[in-house]
Amino acid sequence: MSRKFTPKVVTANDLLEGDVIYLAADDRWVRDMKQAEFIEDEAHAQIRLLHAEQQPDVVVGAYLADAALGDDGPEPTHFRETFRTRGPSNYAHGKQEKQAENV
Amino acid sequence: MYKYNDFDDAFLRERTAQFRAQVERRIDGSLTEDEFKPLRLMNGLYLQLHAYMLRVAIPYGTLNSRQMRQLAMIAERWDKGYGHFTTRQNIQYNWPKLRDVPDMLDALADVGMHAIQTSGNTVRNVTSDHFAGAAQDEIEDPRPVAELLRQWSTDHPEFQFLPRKFKIAITGSPNDRAVTRAHDIGLRMVEQDGQPGFEVIVGGGLGRTPMVGKVIRDFLPKADLLPYVEAILRVYNRLGRRDNKYKARIKITVHEKGLETIRDLVEAEFEHTRADFMGFDMQALTQIEKHFQPPAFKQADTAGYEVARAANPAFRAWTDTNLTPHKTDGYAIVSISLKAHGATPGDATAHQMRVMADLAEWFGHDEIRISHEQNVILPHVHKSDLPELYAVLRDAGLATANIGLISDIIACPGMDYCALATARSIPIAQEIAERFDELKLEHDIGPLKIKISGCINACGHHHVGHIGILGLDRAGVENYQITLGGDGTETAAIGERAGPGFSAEEIVPAIERLVHAYLDLRATRDETFLQTYRRLGPQPFKSALYPEAKANAA
Repeated sequence: MSRKFTPKVVTANDLLEGDVIYLAADDRWVRDMKQAEFIEDEAHAQIRLLHAEQQPDVVVGAYLADAALGDDGPEPTHFRETFRTRGPSNYAHGKQEKQAENV
Repeated sequence: MYKYNDFDDAFLRERTAQFRAQVERRIDGSLTEDEFKPLRLMNGLYLQLHAYMLRVAIPYGTLNSRQMRQLAMIAERWDKGYGHFTTRQNIQYNWPKLRDVPDMLDALADVGMHAIQTSGNTVRNVTSDHFAGAAQDEIEDPRPVAELLRQWSTDHPEFQFLPRKFKIAITGSPNDRAVTRAHDIGLRMVEQDGQPGFEVIVGGGLGRTPMVGKVIRDFLPKADLLPYVEAILRVYNRLGRRDNKYKARIKITVHEKGLETIRDLVEAEFEHTRADFMGFDMQALTQIEKHFQPPAFKQADTAGYEVARAANPAFRAWTDTNLTPHKTDGYAIVSISLKAHGATPGDATAHQMRVMADLAEWFGHDEIRISHEQNVILPHVHKSDLPELYAVLRDAGLATANIGLISDIIACPGMDYCALATARSIPIAQEIAERFDELKLEHDIGPLKIKISGCINACGHHHVGHIGILGLDRAGVENYQITLGGDGTETAAIGERAGPGFSAEEIVPAIERLVHAYLDLRATRDETFLQTYRRLGPQPFKSALYPEAKANAA
C-alpha cells in the first residue's frame, strides 16, 4: 500500500552560493519558498524534479519537500524546511538577513 | 611547532591548483555533482543546510599567531566574520561561496594549513591533548608523533578509500584529555622500564553504536608505532564492511570479529610493515622532533600575580577555573573560554581570533591550541603576565570563567547548519548556559560536562558527557534525549539513556531538576556530579527527571 501523496515543492541548493532555492511554476529558481510552484499531483512532482535534476550547472541536490498552501504561497510543514526558509537561529544570517533588509 | 618544508609547500600548492581547476570544471558544467562531490569532500568542502561549509584541519589542535590571524582574515574576507571551532580541533567556515573556496585554500596554504582529509573515508585530522607540551602529568609531548601520523596519513595511497572515516587521537599523559577511548585508534603514552611507548586502543567510537575502545596492545615501543598503526589500517581496510555504511567503522569490525582475531591479524601484518619501514619513519620522527622543542621559558617574579588575585575577585575567579598547572615553575596553561553565557559554543569572531593571536605572541611563546571541548588554549603563559592578559581577554569578551563548569558545553552545529542533523543543538546550549548563569549556581555545582549532539552521529560527544543530550526528530518535532554518567577520560564510559525524551521547551527545566537533585544528593561539596552518579546509580536522577512516573508508581 503506497502512502498518500502530500503536496510538495521542488527545492535544492544554488551551485555557486549554496543558498536554498525553489523551483517556480515558470521554471525560474527563486529564493523565497512562497514563490515556489505548489505541486499537488505526484506525477507532476516527479516531472518537475526531473526538470530540476537536469540543471546540474545551476542546482545541487534537488529534492521534493513537503509543503502546505498558506495565504501567500507554499509554506513548510516540517521544522527542517522552516529553518531552510530563514537560516540559523544563533545569528541573523542566511535568508533572514535579506528578509530583514527588505522590511 | 612543525614548519612546512619545500616538499610540503609544493604538495599543498599542487593540491589547491588541482582543486581550483576542479571547481572551474564544475562551474562550466564539465563535471557533474556526482563527479565533483568526492573531489570537494577530499578538500574539506561540504554542502550544508543553508550554504557550503569549509572544514579546515588544525593538526592536533596546534596553531601559531600567524595562522590564527590568517584564519581571522579568511573569516572576514570570504565568510561572515567568524569561525566555528569543532570537537575535532578543526575550524569550520559556514558561509563560503564555491568560487571563493580555491582562494581560501591558497590563503591557508600561505600559512601551512589545509582542508585535506577533513572529510571522506580517510584518516582524518589527528587529534591530541590540547595541553600537549605543557601539561604537568605529561610523559612526553605527543605532537611529534601526531605530526608523523599526519604526514604518513596525508594522501597515503593505500588509505584513501577506507570502508569509512578513520579517527586517531593521541595523548602523552596518563590523564586522558583527548578522549582516546572514543576513537578508531587511541594512543595513550605509557612508560615501561623508563621507556615511553603507547597503550594502543582500537575500535572506540561514538555515533549510533557507541563503544569504548579496547586495548589491542598494552605497550608498543615508540619505534614501532607507525608500522603498527599501518598494520591496523591494513587489516581494517581488508575486513571493514563496505556493504553497510552503518557497520563500516572499525568498532564494528572489532566487535564482529572479536578483539583476539583482530589482534592476531594485526600482529601478523605488523611483521611485514615493520620490515617495510626499515627505520625510515624514525628518521622522519627525529627530524620532526626538532620542530617541537620547548620554548625558552622565562624567570620572573609572580608577586604581582598574587597581588592582582587578591585585589580583583573577577580575576581570581577566572584563575580558579581557567588555569591549569604547567610543568614549568611560574607558568600556567590558560584556557580561553569560547562559551560566554548565551554565545554559540566554539564560535570566535575575527576580532577575537586576532586578540588571541596577539596574546599568544605577546605572552604565550607564540603557541595556541584548540581543544576538542571547543575552547582555545594558550599553553605557556608566565603568571606575571596573567593580569594584563586577563584585561585584554575581558575587553574582547573572552574572559568567561567557566572552564569545566556546566556552561562550558560542547555542542555540534546541529540543525542550525548541518544537513545531517535531526534537531538543533546550539539554542539548547545557549539556554542552559544562560539559565545557570541566572541561577548563579555554576560555581557551586562544580565540574560538570554537558555535551549536546543534534543527531545520532554524535559530533557533540553526548555519549561521554556527564549529562548528554541528543536531539532527535520525533514525528516532526524536535525532541531531546538525556544520557547520564558518560565519561570521556581514562575512565571512559558511555552514558546511559535516562528515559523518554523532552521537547525543546522541556529540556532546560529537566536539566535544572537533574542538577538540583545532584546538589541535594552529593555527599560533600567536593563530590562531583559524576562521582555522585557513580555512587548512587541512575535511579535518583531518573526520579528527578520524571517526577510523574514516581508519583504514578507511589
